[in-house]
Amino acid sequence: MSGTTNDDLDLSHLPPMDNPVMPYLRKERIPHIWCPGCGIGTTVNCFTRALDEAAQDLDRLAIVSGIGCTGRVAGYLNLDSFHTTHGRAIPFATGLKLANPDLNVVVYSGDGDLFAIGGNHFLHAARRNMDLMVVCVNNFTYGMTGGQVAPTTPLGASQTTMPYGNFENPASLPFLADAAGATYVARWTVFHVRQLTRCFKDALGRKGFRFIEILAPCPTLFLRRNRLGDGVDMVRQYKERSVVRNGADTKEVGLGLAGEIVVGTFVERERPTWLDAMNDHLGKVLGDRYQRYGG
Amino acid sequence: MTADPKGVLTGVHFLDGDHAACEGALAAGCRFVAGYPITPSTEVVERFAQRIPMVGGLFIQMEDELAASIAIQGAAWGGRKVMTVTSGPGLSLMMEHLGLAAITETPCVFIDVQRGGPSTGLPTLPAQADMMQVKWGSHGDYEIIALCPDSPQECFDLTIRAFNLAEQWRVPVFLMMDEVVGHMTERVVIPAAEDIEITDRRWTDKAPGTYRPFDVGPDGIPDMVKAGQGHRIHVTGLTHDERGWPAMNPRQQDKLVRRLTGKIRDNADVLTDIREENCEDADVIVVSYGITSRVATAAIQQARDQGLKVGHARLVVTWPFPATRIAQLASRCKAMVVPELNLGQMVHEVSRAVAGRVPVRLVDHAGGTVHDPQVILDRILEAAR
Ligand SMILES: Cc1ncc(C[n+]2csc(CCOP(=O)(O)OP(=O)(O)O)c2C)c(N)n1
Ligand code: SF4
Repeated sequence: MSGTTNDDLDLSHLPPMDNPVMPYLRKERIPHIWCPGCGIGTTVNCFTRALDEAAQDLDRLAIVSGIGCTGRVAGYLNLDSFHTTHGRAIPFATGLKLANPDLNVVVYSGDGDLFAIGGNHFLHAARRNMDLMVVCVNNFTYGMTGGQVAPTTPLGASQTTMPYGNFENPASLPFLADAAGATYVARWTVFHVRQLTRCFKDALGRKGFRFIEILAPCPTLFLRRNRLGDGVDMVRQYKERSVVRNGADTKEVGLGLAGEIVVGTFVERERPTWLDAMNDHLGKVLGDRYQRYGG
Repeated sequence: MTADPKGVLTGVHFLDGDHAACEGALAAGCRFVAGYPITPSTEVVERFAQRIPMVGGLFIQMEDELAASIAIQGAAWGGRKVMTVTSGPGLSLMMEHLGLAAITETPCVFIDVQRGGPSTGLPTLPAQADMMQVKWGSHGDYEIIALCPDSPQECFDLTIRAFNLAEQWRVPVFLMMDEVVGHMTERVVIPAAEDIEITDRRWTDKAPGTYRPFDVGPDGIPDMVKAGQGHRIHVTGLTHDERGWPAMNPRQQDKLVRRLTGKIRDNADVLTDIREENCEDADVIVVSYGITSRVATAAIQQARDQGLKVGHARLVVTWPFPATRIAQLASRCKAMVVPELNLGQMVHEVSRAVAGRVPVRLVDHAGGTVHDPQVILDRILEAAR
């Protein structure tokens, strides 16, 4: 994505070898499996740029994915990376973070993975304020398995398992994250590469349960089936339909097939992380007998 | 190396099996437990939650057993010795992550305090009906190690061994308790820390850039690192190559799955632990494991009092199944009797090993209590005829 501006609709899925993101990738594993026009690669470009700008110590960063097209992100990043089971990236990451609190642990996965099969883990990790950064690529569908209905599929959209159009109410992910207690909640689209990069950088430097939703096109399965054009058309829609509303009430940011896409940083709050709460509490209750955990 | 004294409650105690198993884990160096409450196993994690703040480590009660069984794997890759504890319904939920631990070779210990099933079954009453589930319950071909204590003392001793085996072989290791062993209180001797042998993780001595996470030496087991050391490892539940990268083709599948299963199957004889009594000249050998061996002992004694030559082979390690030794024993006796608290599980393994040499008689029981020794005695008497 080198040279991308807000107005460019650059979705080049294969970065050139001199691209600044390359040092962050496992080069021998490229080409990746993602379809041309898929939005996942754009999110990875922004993520690696953020790593660059944040001067993040890469040896202290671990990435955990579940299963799905987005779940393959962990395998391409040249970091300590874990590709776990469907829906369970968050509890794996919880164990990893608690075992080794010096690590900055990022969960990177799809909307089906994190909110259908993994929804309960998301709620509880947010409630506990587990010190994790959770990135959800929301393409409104189950990409990996061929375009089935997801908990995010907008009303009316056709999916292979909703062949007559979706009649289930979709979840609004920022609202869920907010209600469950996340300390940082933001939404961007793959049109917003600058904002997204900044958002990643910001979130990497914070503590607590941080949630970033990224709307991204799945041209192969979601767009084609719903006659929504290709990846570029969708990014054009993101541009036209998006309104930046930082601090928006998360009750008001639901999504449909048409209408406004509210983006921005919705929630920023301070709460003690699970580990800090444990250390403070047990220190108070047990005094000198308590072996403070994690340095 | 020997145990870290911080976790070792040296002395003579009166403990039930659940509490003793918890002390075993602490003595073994376990500093991370994730669990979800379920009768009759909960006391293990309750004690751990109470003890661990003073030892240095942590307990987290997760939202379910799927979460608990994968949180421990994250923690293992974060460098900890880890354990989860459950019973039947929770064990069923853990099956997917049993497979993940097997394919990623993550050292971890599962304690299963068995209760009557299927489903919610008999929450507070014993069974030994998960024996096949731990061996076959996750999809695909994999191997585990399973240990069966028959007393609180063994709950302590074998939990330590479970941790040591998990580190040595890099497989999930199960401690197969049952409600009776879990809740019976007996004398438990906890030795001094310097008298407890501990197996450390197989840490690599390779530098970042030269280490490949699934390269193996002659013993077929890879050395390990933890996240955060600069190795930039990739660990996946997909079929993978030595670098840990997905390699989804029949050739790599064959290579990986044969290695994962072979490291245990080919070492079944090394891992065998059978406590044999009076087997040398026995006409009938009772093959038992776990709590049932205590009941069988009473029946065997009565048979011997009647002048019958009855031996006892108690399986401490049930998986891998000690087929070689069972076959040897079968070549000397006239019949084998297998009592178990299920409607026939390990008896199939015994029969397979015996291969028709002698009759094998099951003494089954649907669970809820232990056998009446008389029923075992009757079967011994029948077998001796
Ligand atoms: C336990 C289990 N159930 C089902 C599957 C099949 N499966 C793989 S990926 C996936 C959905 C992925 O959807 P999403 O998280 O939205 O990711 P995307 O592929 O769209 O990026 C499913 C159902 C699985 N791997 N494991
Ligand atoms: S199927 Fe959809 S989500 Fe998956 S790689 Fe292709 S475009 Fe991307």
